[in-house]
Formats: sequence, structure tokens, C-alpha cells
Amino acid sequence: MKLEIAEEALQTMIKDAENAYPDECCGFFYGKEKDHRFIAVAVPVLNSKEGDKRRRFEISPEDYLKAERYALAHDLQLLGVYHSHPDHPARPSEHDLKQAVPYFSYIILSVQQGKAAHWTSWQLAEHGAFEEETIQGNNNKY
Amino acid sequence: MAKLIIPTPLRKFTNNQSSVETRGETVLDSVRELTEKYPELRQHVFDQQGKIRSFVRIYVGDNDIKSLDNEKTQVQQDSVISIIPAIAGGVCSKR
Repeated sequence: MKLEIAEEALQTMIKDAENAYPDECCGFFYGKEKDHRFIAVAVPVLNSKEGDKRRRFEISPEDYLKAERYALAHDLQLLGVYHSHPDHPARPSEHDLKQAVPYFSYIILSVQQGKAAHWTSWQLAEHGAFEEETIQGNNNKY
Repeated sequence: MAKLIIPTPLRKFTNNQSSVETRGETVLDSVRELTEKYPELRQHVFDQQGKIRSFVRIYVGDNDIKSLDNEKTQVQQDSVISIIPAIAGGVCSKR
């Protein structure tokens, strides 16, 4: 699936990733899907992982419930989850794959020395592996 | 009859239905009824032993069934049951 990200939504994710550094950030994004996915809004949520947040993120069930309700209230689709990889590449880890759910786009932002350097998006395919999605106009892939 | 909310990632298995009315008296009955109606959902909700998967949380209203009576939690006609997928990940490799 091809993604188009509104500049404001992208900047929200970048700012969250840089502010959270050296911890991982996380959040949801919303928009519409037709022939491609248009991400209109990104909303940061708390990384509720107990322990080392520099290598893990977790979103609480309560925040997930709020995200579904937000989508409903704003007539948007909940399209996926973003998170950061501090000082690591913007590629999904084994842990990302193990926890992935169908349908969602997973945007990963690589933050190098506190600055968002690259971002990519991935979706869980039928065969159980991640497939990379094309982000329109993304020159910061790797 | 309770209302069972399907999370967005699993709606592809319910013909894009976002919610389903169920007649079960407990959470387990209700979720089973859902997976009988939409069999492709089963592997995403139940493990091989027929228990609700560890990656899935179930809420009745705003309450985790773990704080209630787990899968045996009774549901009322106006109950809203939500299936919530665990959302987690991260770099995870050792530094």
C-alpha cells in the first residue's frame, strides 16, 4: 500500500521521536484509505513499557481504546502505529514482527543522535512477514 | 444482547463490520459467538488451547476483564465488549 503523509502529521511524528530520544516514542495515525492511504493526523501516546524504553515501546489498552474512539469521533480511519528506533535503522525488528497485527501500517523513524534521520513504513503481509510500503515523496528512507 | 466492538486491524475478517451484536451471557460466550460467525478471526483471538490469546485484551466498558471475572465475566444487554490487540515493539537488540 502506498502512503501519503500530511506534512503536519509527519512533523508531529518527527518531533515526538526527537523529544523522546534516547527513548522510543509511539503514537497512532489516522486518515483515509482509497487507492492509497492518506495520513491526515498523527497523535502521540505514552510509551507505557515498563523498564528500558530505549529499546521497547508499548501502548496501553486504554490508549488503544481511546484511539479507536478518536477515529470514530473524527470520521477517520485508524491506519496504524508509529514508533522510533533510537540510534538504530528504520527497519522492523524481530520484536516488531512478533507483535504486528494485520492491516496497520507501521511507520518506523530512525533517530540518530537525537535527530530523526530516516523513516519507513511496513505492513504485515498474509505470509507473516513485513512488506515495505512506499511513502510518497519520502527522500529520507535510509 | 451485548455489543462487541471489532478493532480496526481485525475488521478485514468481519466484512468490515466494526461491531457485532452477541447473545452470550459471558465474555467468552460472546467472543466465541463472534468467531463462529467469522471463523477467520479465531486464530487472531484464541490460542490453540481455545483460550483468549495473551496478545489480546478484552474490555467490558472501560474495564479490563482481568479486573473483573476474566472470561467468565457476565455481560448485560447494554454491555460494550472491546477486543484490543496488544500494540508493542521496538529495537529490542542488546546494545
